[in-house]
Amino acid sequence: MYVAVKGGERAIDNAHAWLAEDRRGDLGVAELSIAQIREQLALAVGRVMAEGSLYDPDLAALAIKQARGDLIEAVFLIRAYRTTLPRFGASHPVDTAAMACDRRISATFKDLPGGQILGPTFDYTHRLLDFTLAAEGLAPPAPPMAPPAEGDLPHVTGFLAREDLIQSNPDGPDTPRDLTREPLDFPADRPLRLQALARGDEGFVLSMAYSTQRGYGKNHPFVGELRIGSVPVEMDIPELGFAIELGEMVLTECETVNQFTGSKTEPPQFTRGYGLVFGQSERKAISMALVDRALRWEELGEDNEGAPAQDVEFVLYHADNVQATGFLEHIKLPHYVDFQSELELIRRLRAEAMQATRQEAAE
Amino acid sequence: MYVTDPKDPETLVRKARLSTLARAPADRLCALWAAYQPTPPAHDTLRAPEVGTVMVRGRAGAVGAPFNLGEVTVTRCSVRLASGAVGHGHVQGRSRDAARAVALIDALCQDGQGAAIDAAILAPLKAEAEAHRNARAARAAATKVEFFTMVRGD
Repeated sequence: MYVAVKGGERAIDNAHAWLAEDRRGDLGVAELSIAQIREQLALAVGRVMAEGSLYDPDLAALAIKQARGDLIEAVFLIRAYRTTLPRFGASHPVDTAAMACDRRISATFKDLPGGQILGPTFDYTHRLLDFTLAAEGLAPPAPPMAPPAEGDLPHVTGFLAREDLIQSNPDGPDTPRDLTREPLDFPADRPLRLQALARGDEGFVLSMAYSTQRGYGKNHPFVGELRIGSVPVEMDIPELGFAIELGEMVLTECETVNQFTGSKTEPPQFTRGYGLVFGQSERKAISMALVDRALRWEELGEDNEGAPAQDVEFVLYHADNVQATGFLEHIKLPHYVDFQSELELIRRLRAEAMQATRQEAAE
Repeated sequence: MYVTDPKDPETLVRKARLSTLARAPADRLCALWAAYQPTPPAHDTLRAPEVGTVMVRGRAGAVGAPFNLGEVTVTRCSVRLASGAVGHGHVQGRSRDAARAVALIDALCQDGQGAAIDAAILAPLKAEAEAHRNARAARAAATKVEFFTMVRGD
């Protein structure tokens, strides 16, 4: 029998009132503005946009403030807001070759055209706490500038492609499947997998990628290229009759070049993994590229080692942190009736078992 | 599919103008618009400012099959002036005021105000966007690695 119970309304209202007070914290400390979060916690904002699947830095900053810095809760807020908006259409695929790069490095070619551009990176810092940031700081001195090179920075994999040393990227349908519009269904083609990974939890995708490096579905990756910068977003506008640039966004892109000795169906050549993420997040972009490559074992005719990162259902069903949190945390909500039946069952089984023991002892 | 010839010079000008306006910071755009036209011209609203999204696509491996990367917020609006000129505004983000301003600017440009608007609104927006882009590019260029080879002393 299902018994519905009511109650707790006042307690819930009071809990939320206290939440609002605790969110604000000590009134003697200045309140955070959305602009401060957007400008000074930009990488958190980027992560919330990437996993929330909605590029809007102000909204992501608001979500972070409302969620008290709980980024998965912030992603949840963004996802919920997104569902209230109509969708006007889809953009042309962004042209990352035309990216205005803040950063662009290659681990495979030292002297690539355009050079190695470090950008505003944590790499090569000593990871020592900087106590000057805790002091009332003056604005940092402007960083040095140099005359930029003209023209776009070519993709590194293009050089390998010219010699036919790397597998080409097969084209696909102009309208890719969209897991925000239809339930996740298998088999999942590469575009669908890339969508799931792009919005997947950074920690989960990182761990999956790390597992391939440690030997569970090893795919010998080199970072062919990693680039961060802004690209324009272009869309056809039916009422105008032509395409315009609707905006621009910061993206992180990683292309891996993977060793491949060939298989029954493919000649020896390098293969590729690909990562593309909203905002500045090279950890996520590299992770995505490694997992993308691991999931391609079947089309490349590689062995299925039974590694977690090769299991498309395992990866795609568990990458989404909003789904995972929802199912995980629902078990804290009232299960009084379920538990009551379990309790009665255990009592009965226990009584029967005790009875049997007593009888045995008596005989 | 489209009746408009995409190579038509007028189309190219309009496309470039709308692209600059769509990417402009909303506050700055509204300030320049208010300075150009303190009271907006009389108009019918064909489509009230509407906030929505556009699904942004990437390509697998930058050149292969398209995939859905995630959405971006966009606000759009359409207006018709008393003269009959129709304007369509699209802006990145959620500013309804900016979307209406762009629609009105687009309509006024069909109505012969293109040159004046280019000078008053488009020129400063373009200059500021370019200054921003150049400032980042110059900082990036300063972080370009100059390798040098260590010579082994035998």
